[in-house]
Amino acid sequence: MMSHSPQAKSEARLAYAFLLPTLLVVFSIVLVPVIANFWISFKTVELSDLRPPKPIVKIQVSKWPKKQGDSFVFRYRIRNSSQKFPLKNIMIRHQLPDGMLVKETDSRCSLLLNELRCVFDNWPAKYREKILHKFIIDKAFKTSKKNFKNSVIKVSADTDNILTNFNFTLKNYVKILTNPEFFFVLKTTFLYTLLGTLGSLFLGLFAAQLLNQRFTGRGFLRGLFLFPYVAPVIAVAFTWVLLLDPFSGTLNTMLVKIGFLSEPLNLFGQRYVLLNLFGFEMKFPLALSTVIAFESWRYFPLAFLFILARLQAIPNELYEAAKIDGASPIQQFLFITLPQISGIISVMFLLRFIWTFNKFDDIFLLTGGNAGTRTLTVDVYEQGFALADLGAGSAVAVIIFGLLSLFMILYFRFLPLGEEE
Amino acid sequence: MSQWRRVLAAGLIGGIAATVFTIIWGILLLFKGMEPIQISIQEASISGMLTGALCTFRKLTGAKSTFFCTLLGSMIFLIFNGFSPWNINLEKNSIDAGLGTFLVIILTIWSARKALTGIELKSFDRDEIEILAIRIFKGIGLLFFIIIVAFPFVYMVITSLKSQMALLTNPTDLSISFESGLAVLIKSYHEVWTTFNFQRYIWISTIVSVGTVGITLSLSILGAYSVTRLRFPGRIWLSRSILIIYMFPAIVLVIPLYSIFSQLQLRNSLIGLFIVYPATTLPVALYMLKGFFSTLPAELEEAGRIDGCSRLGVIWRITLPLSLPAISSVALYVFMIAWNEFLFAFMFLDDPNIFTLSRGMVSLNSSEVPRQYLMAGAVMVTVPVMALFFWFEKYLVSGLAAGSVKG
Repeated sequence: MMSHSPQAKSEARLAYAFLLPTLLVVFSIVLVPVIANFWISFKTVELSDLRPPKPIVKIQVSKWPKKQGDSFVFRYRIRNSSQKFPLKNIMIRHQLPDGMLVKETDSRCSLLLNELRCVFDNWPAKYREKILHKFIIDKAFKTSKKNFKNSVIKVSADTDNILTNFNFTLKNYVKILTNPEFFFVLKTTFLYTLLGTLGSLFLGLFAAQLLNQRFTGRGFLRGLFLFPYVAPVIAVAFTWVLLLDPFSGTLNTMLVKIGFLSEPLNLFGQRYVLLNLFGFEMKFPLALSTVIAFESWRYFPLAFLFILARLQAIPNELYEAAKIDGASPIQQFLFITLPQISGIISVMFLLRFIWTFNKFDDIFLLTGGNAGTRTLTVDVYEQGFALADLGAGSAVAVIIFGLLSLFMILYFRFLPLGEEE
Repeated sequence: MSQWRRVLAAGLIGGIAATVFTIIWGILLLFKGMEPIQISIQEASISGMLTGALCTFRKLTGAKSTFFCTLLGSMIFLIFNGFSPWNINLEKNSIDAGLGTFLVIILTIWSARKALTGIELKSFDRDEIEILAIRIFKGIGLLFFIIIVAFPFVYMVITSLKSQMALLTNPTDLSISFESGLAVLIKSYHEVWTTFNFQRYIWISTIVSVGTVGITLSLSILGAYSVTRLRFPGRIWLSRSILIIYMFPAIVLVIPLYSIFSQLQLRNSLIGLFIVYPATTLPVALYMLKGFFSTLPAELEEAGRIDGCSRLGVIWRITLPLSLPAISSVALYVFMIAWNEFLFAFMFLDDPNIFTLSRGMVSLNSSEVPRQYLMAGAVMVTVPVMALFFWFEKYLVSGLAAGSVKG
């Protein structure tokens, strides 16, 4: 279907030129990391391993030579900074001041003109050694002790980069999948995602219904209703945390004072609260529910905006016809409005589902993933950074990636027009 | 008497309205620092019912009768509450108790009238009953939404203006004291601005956000133009993958980026952010602009080409001016994302000299820092976005609509 005329070729070339920077950025910051994430998930990498092992050389002078002909003894104190990884092909190059004649030096070292050069094959982890050099000075020697100790030493070494070597393991996946906590995390993730999505859609639908008719102040309210979404998450999350604080938060104190609660509830810190429903004791996940409420609150504006736009586009004739046919207001809502907005609602449901599933900031800021609110995304942080096991964190990220791919396949299957909207 | 249904309905609405407004006034009194207060729901609902019913019964309209009705309702309300509504003695504190009574009653009457406008209820008409139910539902709904949306923001501002002492002694007292003067009032802001260095962070946030907008726009305009206007192999595949990449969560990228950037010494630097932020906003921007460019008539551009413009000339002279509103939306939306971004700022920045506002906020969230400072910081992070939002609401709303899903 592509023509191969010179014109088409130059057009294609232009398009690639226009797209190149975008593709480069997206490639290096999105695609490479995704692949790197798979790679890391099969390796044993800890946070501290990111600091590459360094060869360290310090000069130690025991006795400073006074006059010509004195012997001058100094040592290199060498060390591998890493506790875990060896260094290979280490080379130390030290430019010596004038007037030093070699008397005796280590077998691995040699003097080339004024450069003292030492070469080592391998320093294992934690390796330490002292290397002795004996010199004799002549009259050209003029440097001071301080200058000598601070003279520049160039050290180079090959390190086996933890990220690029070819040692692979399944340990991370075993660690994640055999942890009984993990299935709780999965369950929490799905509960949070599903209920958070439904909550925001429900609130959005409700709010859109409220603002569908014209009245004074509608424009202002439409702006106001977008606040939770537009405001920075860090500001609103901390506000909620303070507002709901069990010890000196306004909401708890208020509810206790007006007699609604007998004692304050730690809404973000308590995993379960026991409810007594018709004689049945029930464990109600408190912190998770609060987090879901926050999610619904923060994202209802999006659903609101879309549903409202759709509502405004429904032709009035439909309602007039229904009225003539004797449909009551609730019937009109059920049989005209709902079918008209069901399309946008299902699109919003799928998109919000994916985005809620991806959400990290909100829970992290509200509870830090404690009290039964740890979702998969927070688990990535927990494993990778809080527990400093980057490999395990990546393994969780791979699981997220897998589930997300599944959702996207569903998304494109059920909404073949999705990309055109 | 065919009016009895209407009177009954008015009683019902009056009862509900009076209860709701009594609770709200009670909470407002608490926020004013009054206590102990008491919200007597039973008394409120009964007097509301009576007020609603009686006022409709008398078929009152016009200013004179509203006055009479309010007087009557207030009397009923006060009598039921033993002349100390909310546990506040009317004689001792006639403003809080009296004004409250007056407001509750007048709002109750107003609600009942508003709800019953155009409703006769001569018979059990299903339509009218449904309309009535929907109106009640909507009224409560509007109140509910206004409160849940606005209250956290009001709380944020008020807390930032209070002292540590006041916050701890009475958490429900949300009154602001102007007595000690402006300097004391805005002390938290001053502290956060200077000691916690927000004066610097606000600049860094601005530079990072504006830079991100600049990079994103310049790349995405060219990109979106190619995808919509130029034909090349892989076009369809490419425009499809934009959407897929758009849905990638940052958290999947964070470990590899952290590792790679650490080794490249890019991690603790703003350059790192200038690379990562456009990468996360580019797909959104491409997606939004692609949608807009495809609505522009291609004939205009072709005319420009015939008149001898180069491709870049066409983009600069024809496409850009025509799509200025869409580009403004994208710019605002990208700015908002960059300004509000938390995860990468939190993971990448360790050096307090290059914190963005979001990152700076985290250091305020400590048990050693008083909470009014945290809220002052929150206000400072929020105000610039909100100001932009109100100035350019139209653009931002259409931006949200086009970007639709990010968040």
